[in-house]
Amino acid sequence: MELNQSNFEWTFSNSPNFKPSSLPRMPVSDHPLKSIITERIPTKVFGSAPGTAVTTPVSLLSNLNQENEDSDPLLHELDPLSKMAAEAESQETPAIKSIKEADSNIFHQMEPWISRRASILNKYTTSERLSIVTSFLVEGEKVMVKAQSTAIDKVQHRLKQLDSFEEGSQHRLDLSQSEYITKIEQLNKELVVAWNTDQRVKALKIAIQCAKLLGDSEVLSFYPSKFVLITDILDTFGKLVYERLRAKATYLKPGSKTPVPLPEDFTPDMVSDSAKETCLNWFYKIASIRELVPRIYVEIALLNSYKFIAIDECSESLQRVTDMIHGIGNPLVAVYVRCYLCKVGITVLRQKPEFGFLIANFAAFLESYQHIFSRGIKGELEKQNMELPAYITLYTPALDFILEAVNCVVNESYLPNLLNICKKKKNSSLILNTIMSGFKPAYISDRCMEFLNMILESSDGGVPMYHLLRTLGLCITVCSPPPDQRRDILAIVWRQISSFSHPDEYITCAEAWIRFVVECFTSRELNFVLGDIIEHMLPNRSFEKHYSELKLIISKIVNHFQDFELLLIMDNFLPLVDLFHEESIKVEVCKNILISCRGDFKTNDPVITNALMFLCSTVHDSVNALTPEDEYKQIGEILCGVVRRVDYGRDFEGQLAFFVEARAAFSNVDIVLAELVQQVNTLSVSTRQIMKGTHNRKTADFVRACAAYCFITVPSILSEKTRLELYLLSGQVALFNQCLGQADACFRAALIVLSNLSEASAKSDAFLIQYVKKYLSTLVVVPDNPDRRVLDLLKSLVSVFTECSWIKPEYLGIIYLSVIDVLTVLAQEEYPYHIDKVESNDALYGSDPKFIEEINKACSVIVKQILMLIEDVGPCRKQSQLASELFVKITTRGDLSRTGILAIKLWKLCLQNGYADRNFMVKMKMSIQRRSELKENKKLQQLVDNLVI
Amino acid sequence: MAINLEIHLKRADKIYYEGENVSGIIALSSNSDFKHEGITLTMEGSVNLQISSKNVGIIEAFYNSVKPIQLVGLTCEVCGPGRLPSGLTEIPFEIPLKSKPNRTLYETYHGVYVNIGYSLRCDIKRSFLSKDLQKTHQFLVQYRPGYNATPELPIKEKRTPINFELSPATLTSGRSGAPDFLLRGHIETVCCNITKPLKGKVILAKCALPVRSIELQLVRVETCGCAEGYAREATEIQNIQIGDGDVPHNIPIPIYMVFPRLFTCPTLLTTNFKIEFEVNLVIVFQDDHLITNNFPIVLVRE
Repeated sequence: MELNQSNFEWTFSNSPNFKPSSLPRMPVSDHPLKSIITERIPTKVFGSAPGTAVTTPVSLLSNLNQENEDSDPLLHELDPLSKMAAEAESQETPAIKSIKEADSNIFHQMEPWISRRASILNKYTTSERLSIVTSFLVEGEKVMVKAQSTAIDKVQHRLKQLDSFEEGSQHRLDLSQSEYITKIEQLNKELVVAWNTDQRVKALKIAIQCAKLLGDSEVLSFYPSKFVLITDILDTFGKLVYERLRAKATYLKPGSKTPVPLPEDFTPDMVSDSAKETCLNWFYKIASIRELVPRIYVEIALLNSYKFIAIDECSESLQRVTDMIHGIGNPLVAVYVRCYLCKVGITVLRQKPEFGFLIANFAAFLESYQHIFSRGIKGELEKQNMELPAYITLYTPALDFILEAVNCVVNESYLPNLLNICKKKKNSSLILNTIMSGFKPAYISDRCMEFLNMILESSDGGVPMYHLLRTLGLCITVCSPPPDQRRDILAIVWRQISSFSHPDEYITCAEAWIRFVVECFTSRELNFVLGDIIEHMLPNRSFEKHYSELKLIISKIVNHFQDFELLLIMDNFLPLVDLFHEESIKVEVCKNILISCRGDFKTNDPVITNALMFLCSTVHDSVNALTPEDEYKQIGEILCGVVRRVDYGRDFEGQLAFFVEARAAFSNVDIVLAELVQQVNTLSVSTRQIMKGTHNRKTADFVRACAAYCFITVPSILSEKTRLELYLLSGQVALFNQCLGQADACFRAALIVLSNLSEASAKSDAFLIQYVKKYLSTLVVVPDNPDRRVLDLLKSLVSVFTECSWIKPEYLGIIYLSVIDVLTVLAQEEYPYHIDKVESNDALYGSDPKFIEEINKACSVIVKQILMLIEDVGPCRKQSQLASELFVKITTRGDLSRTGILAIKLWKLCLQNGYADRNFMVKMKMSIQRRSELKENKKLQQLVDNLVI
Repeated sequence: MAINLEIHLKRADKIYYEGENVSGIIALSSNSDFKHEGITLTMEGSVNLQISSKNVGIIEAFYNSVKPIQLVGLTCEVCGPGRLPSGLTEIPFEIPLKSKPNRTLYETYHGVYVNIGYSLRCDIKRSFLSKDLQKTHQFLVQYRPGYNATPELPIKEKRTPINFELSPATLTSGRSGAPDFLLRGHIETVCCNITKPLKGKVILAKCALPVRSIELQLVRVETCGCAEGYAREATEIQNIQIGDGDVPHNIPIPIYMVFPRLFTCPTLLTTNFKIEFEVNLVIVFQDDHLITNNFPIVLVRE
C-alpha cells in the first residue's frame, strides 16, 4: 500500500476551490458546540387536601401550592442554583413588604443581633464552675442506694424520694462553661419537645426556670454570655406561643365562610374570641409568676402576642416593664433586662412614635447609674475577686445595643443633651464609652476634641482610659474628624497613647488609631507612629503576646495606605514585620501584605524589589510537604503576582537577571516557575519585536540566554503537563528567534517527557491528543537537524507512541491519523505557513524525490500500524469508527489508483459489523460523489460506484 | 358501645351575666344508635361554706360544714324517652340565668372556705340495664360592670389615692431589730376595679441594710357565720415580687399586680359569709428581718 502524492489535489487555502464559501454545506439540526441542556418541567402537585382546594379562592391556592413545594422536598424539581435564586427572591419579597412600613426599617443600620451574639459569646467566658438549678435536666439515672440495712433507713429513703418528687425534683448541677452551654441547648430542645408534645405548662416552666437563671450573677464574667444563651430560649418560647396563637386565630374573611389564617398585619378585631381567651390566659399566668426577674423576662418574650388582644397593649406594657425594671436591685441584671426589652421591642412595634420606650430605657439606666458604684456591688466584686474596670466592661454589650437602638430613633440634638448629663454625673466613663460606641460615628468625630477633653479629664475607676481612647479611635476610623483638627487630635492622642506603660493598653489603643493615621496623614507621620510602636513592643519581647493586634495593625495599614511603594521604602515598616518571630504568623502577615498590594503599578526600584523579595521568600519558605493544596495554590498566585509586578522596562538584561534571582528564590512552587518561563519567553519575543526580526550579535546572545533559561528551568517543574506545554512553547519561541539548536533540544526534551509520562492528568485523552496535534503542527515548520535522519522528530514521536503501553487504541488511532495529515502537508511543495527567517523543510529539500519517497514510506508504515490497530481492536464500534476515519483519510489524501482496493475494503469493514453510523456513511458517500463531480476525478467516481450501503 | 357526652358553650370565655341566656350545644356521639329514657339539663349554682378546722375540731369541721346555699336550680327536659341515631347528635339549648326567689347571684369564686360555683349538668336516663350518663360543665357568672351586690361597701371614701410612709418609727412593733430605713409609697386607690391591676409605687428613700426583696401579697379574708359565732380566715392568694435585691434608692419602683381571675371576686358581704381582700406590702431585709404593711382593699367590677 502506497500513497501517491502527485495525485493529491488537496491543498491549503491557496486553492481557489476551497474557499469557505464553496465548502459543501449541510443542514443540521443542532450546533455541535452548543452545550447540552436538559430541561425539566417542574411537575406541580396539588396539596393533599383537595377538599379545601375546591372552595378556597385562587390566590390562596397558589399560596397553598407554594407552601407545599416549600415543605415537601420531594416536590423540588429545581436544580440547586435556581433554587438558590428562587430562595433569594422569596426572601426579597418580605423585604419589599416591610418597606411599606417604612418605620420598622429604621433599625436596619444597627449591627445585626447574630453578629453581636457571636462576639459576646467569644468575649465573655469563664473558667469557673457554674451552677444550674432545674428540674428538667436528668443527669443520667439516679443511683439508688441499695444497701439498706434497717427498716428505718428504708422509710427515710422513701420519704426522701417523696420529698424530691414534690419539689419537682429540682437539682443543682455544678458545671464547667462548655457543659453549661450544652445544658442550656438541651433545655432549649427540651422546651421545643415539650411544646410539640402539648405539654405547654412544662414548656412555660422551662422558660421560667431559664429566666430565673438570669436573676443571679454568680459568675460575673460569664453573665453576658449567659444572657445571650438564655434569651435564645426565651425567643424560641415567645415564637412558639405566638405561632400557636396565630394558627389558632383563624378568621373569616368578609364574604367567605372558610376560616383563613391571619394575615401578616392582622388587627386584634380579626382575632377570634377563643384565641383571645387563650392569649389572655397566658398573660394571667405569667402575671402570677412570683419572682420579679423571671416574670419580666417571660413577659418580654411574649410581648409580640399582645397583638392578639389590643393594638396599644404592646406599647403600654413596654412602658410598664421599663418602669418595673427599677425594682431589680442588681444593676447588671437590670441593664441586661433592658437590653432584652429593647431587642424584642424594636422587632414588635410598627410605628415610630412608639419607640419612645427606647429613650425611656436609656434614661432609666442613667437615673439609676450611681447604683453601679454602690456598696452592694463593691461587696460582690470583692467576693468574686474582680476589678471594677473589668466589671464595668460587662455592661458594654447591653448598653451599646440600647444606645444604638436609641440612636436610630432620635436626631442629632439628643447627643448634646446626653453629653451634658454625662458631664454632670460622677464616674461618667461608662456613659461616655457607651455614647461613643452607640452614636453615629459622624456625630462623634465632629465633636472629637470635646470627647477627647472629656476622656482626658475622666479619671474614675470605671472604664479605663485606654478603653475610652480605643472606642474614640474606632469612631474616628469610620468617619474622619474635621480636617483642621486632625493634626491636634493626633498629637494629643498619640502623646497619651505613648504614655501608656503597659503594652496591653498601648497596643489596643494603637491598633484602633492606626487607621486614622494611615488615612489622614502622610507616610512621614505613619513612619513615626510605626517607629513608636516598635519602640514600645520591643522591651521584654512584649510583641510576642500581641501578635494578633500587630497583625491587625499591619492589615489596616496595607488595606488603607494609598501608595504601596512608599510603604515598602518606609524606614519602620519592614522592621515592624520583623517583629513577628513566630514563623506561621509571619508568613500569614507577609501573605496579607502581598495580597493587598493592588493596583497595577510596576516597579524597578531595587529597594522595593528587595523588600518584595524579602516578603516573598518568607512566604515561599513556608511551603513544605504538608502544605495544603489550596494554600500552595494561593502562595503560588501571590508570588506570580509579584513576579509580574517587577518590570525593568527596556533593561531586558536586568529583567532576566531578576528572573534568575526569582528562580533561585522560588524553586519550590511550580506555578511560579511556569510563570517565570512564560515571562522569559515573553521577554525573548519582545526582544525580537524590538529588533524587528533581525537580531544583532548582542540580542542574539540574549535570546539564546533566554532559551537556555527556559530549557534549564522547565525540568524543575513537577507537573508533567506544564513541563510538556512549556517545552513546546519554549521551542516555538526559540524557533521564532532563530535559535534552531535550542528549539530542537526543547522539542526533543518534550518527547522524552512524553515517553515517561506518569501523571494521570497528562495521560488524559483531552490533553494528550490536543497536545500531540499542537506538537505536530509545529513540526511542519521545524527544519530537520542535519546531524540526524530525515524527519527525525516526527519519527521519534511516532516511536514514542508505538512503544507506549498505556495509551488506548482509539487515541493511538487518532494520533496516527493526525500524523498522516502532517505527512501529507510535509509532502507539499510549499508549506502553508512559515516562520520568518527560518527555512523549513520545503526550502531545505525542495520536494526532492528522495524526501518524498521517505514521506511515502513513513505514511505506509503509519497506515500499516493503523490497520494492525483495527485488527487488534476486533469487531466493535471503535473498529468501525477507526476504519471509517482511515477511509476518509485515504480518499482525501491518497492516490486511489493504489489504495482504492484498500478503501473499498475499509468501507465494507465499516458496514460489516453493524456498528457503523449509517447516516454518516450515506452522507460521506454523497460528499465523495459531489467532490468527484466537482473535480471530475474518475477514480473517485469509480470508488463511489463501488461503495455499497 | 361508647357514648360520648359533651356540653359546649357558645362563649369561649364561659362568662355570663344575670338575666342572660346560657346557650350552647349538647354533643352526643356514639358508634351505634341507642335507647334512652329522657335527657334533662340542669343549671345549678350554689355557695359552699366550709368551716376551718382551726376554729373547731376536725370532726366538727367535717360534720358542721354549713349547708350549701343554693342560688340557682333549674331543670328542663331536653327530650323525652326515645332513640338516638348513631354518629354525632348535636342538641342546641338555651337556659336563662336567673336566681331562685329571694336569692341574689354572686360572682363565681373559688376560695378555701367559700366556694361559689355554677354549672350545667346534662343527664341521660337509660333503661334498667345500662348506666345513666352524666356530664357537668362549669360556667362563670360575673356582675355586669357597675353592679354591686353589696351596697353597704364604703366605695366612695376609698377612691382617693393613699400615700404612706414607713420607717422604724411607724412600726406597731416598735423599732425592735429593724434597720434604719424610710420607704415612701403611693397607691392609686384601694377600691380597685377587679379587671384592672392594682397600681402605685414605692420609693426607698434610705436604708441602712440592703433590701433582699419587696413583695406584694394578695390575701383573701373569708368569714363564715355558723352556730358557734363566726370564723374568720385569711389565706394568701398570690405573692408578687416587685423589688429584687438591693434596689436603687430614690427611684420609684412600680406597684403593679393583676388580680387572678378565679381566686378573686368583687368584695362580698352577706349575712352568712363574707369575702374580703387585703394587700400586704412586705419588705425583707438582708438579715431576714421582715416588715409588713397591710392595706385592706375593696374590689368592685366596673
